[in-house]
Amino acid sequence: MDYFVLVIAAIFVNNIVLAQYLGNCPFVGTSKESSVAMGMGLAVVFVATLAAVITWCVQKFLLAPNNLGYLQTITFILVIAALVQFVEMFLKKVIPPLYKSLGIFLPLITTNCAVLGIAIICQREEFTLIETILFSIASGVGFLLALVVLASIRERLDLAHVPVSLKGTPLALILAGLMSLAFFAFKGMAS
Amino acid sequence: MSRLWKEFSKGLWKDLPPFKLVLGLCPVLAVTKTADNGLGMGLAVIFVLTMSNMLVSMIRKLIPTKVRIACFIVVAASLVVCVELLMQAYAYPLYLQLGIFVPLIVVNCIILGRAEAFASKNPVYLAVADGLGMGIGFTISLTFLGSIRELFGYGTLFGTQIMGDWFQPVTFMVEAPGAFVCLGLILAGMNALTNWQRKSKGLEAIEGPVHDCKTCGMCATKPGA
Repeated sequence: MDYFVLVIAAIFVNNIVLAQYLGNCPFVGTSKESSVAMGMGLAVVFVATLAAVITWCVQKFLLAPNNLGYLQTITFILVIAALVQFVEMFLKKVIPPLYKSLGIFLPLITTNCAVLGIAIICQREEFTLIETILFSIASGVGFLLALVVLASIRERLDLAHVPVSLKGTPLALILAGLMSLAFFAFKGMAS
Repeated sequence: MSRLWKEFSKGLWKDLPPFKLVLGLCPVLAVTKTADNGLGMGLAVIFVLTMSNMLVSMIRKLIPTKVRIACFIVVAASLVVCVELLMQAYAYPLYLQLGIFVPLIVVNCIILGRAEAFASKNPVYLAVADGLGMGIGFTISLTFLGSIRELFGYGTLFGTQIMGDWFQPVTFMVEAPGAFVCLGLILAGMNALTNWQRKSKGLEAIEGPVHDCKTCGMCATKPGA
């Protein structure tokens, strides 16, 4: 039951983009087409989960026993950067179709603050390994959901007449604000 | 000298990081609940950006092109660890307020973007001027957005009561939706201003700067790019 609450809270209540302000650059940058949004979202789910699990192990078995907690930031970002490169090479070699659909998004993910953010949140909340896995998948799905919804709305808005100054990023941000307001309704459902 | 001033001043208006280049949006949205927090975050970014620009520019001839992004990340991450430790020692309340966004400075697109686009191609003194200008522009933007949100959300400014007793705080402004809408309206305002200037010169109105991930420089990490 606790796990269920954790997952629901991570997807809806504390949505990684709309409530925690993480990963906004790709959220605005890759939400022009829903197919691109889908690819980016899936790549984030994939990498964020792997990164959270690996950084959890690094923290637990390497940093914590040696009292190196202050090196968390630098270690995590290096682990993520290496992981992204590795995933890219692995996909290219082993699963070419998946590489074709996700490959172009992978380099962007190194500096996606959602990925590093999820890893750090897992440490700050002191999650167990199972909680870390569930939380990172759910947060990634929350990112995917927000990104695909925004992309679908923006595709429709392409046909609408809006003032020229509002076109593009400003309108996307205002839309994100309205979506965030809608997600606000989930507050209090779970904490 | 004029070159130095040019590189410094472009960050203050022409290439104002969050509003003109649309870079580094996460901290812009997240830590601007109050003007204080915005200013604190801005100062941390000024430190990291100036230092990272300086270091990257110093070692620019030693770094092999293929691993340059990894090098930039290491430089930025080391500086962020310094900032974290300094803040824990001397500004602990602020450190708690900014929370997870202090370590996340390392993935702020501005740091890597400037290292890739400017510092790795220019001498040290220009890189420092660029970093300082961009950092100050970033700080001004954050403080500006923070002031607006704090003024309407709490009726205060830097913690001092501004609004009278008649004022009902608009809680919307200090929550997540208010952050998105405020930033959207400010960007729209910037675009409107640009278009108004263009119109007075007899030019056609244009769409605002498009935010795309290419500006953050990370696409360059792709092997073969």
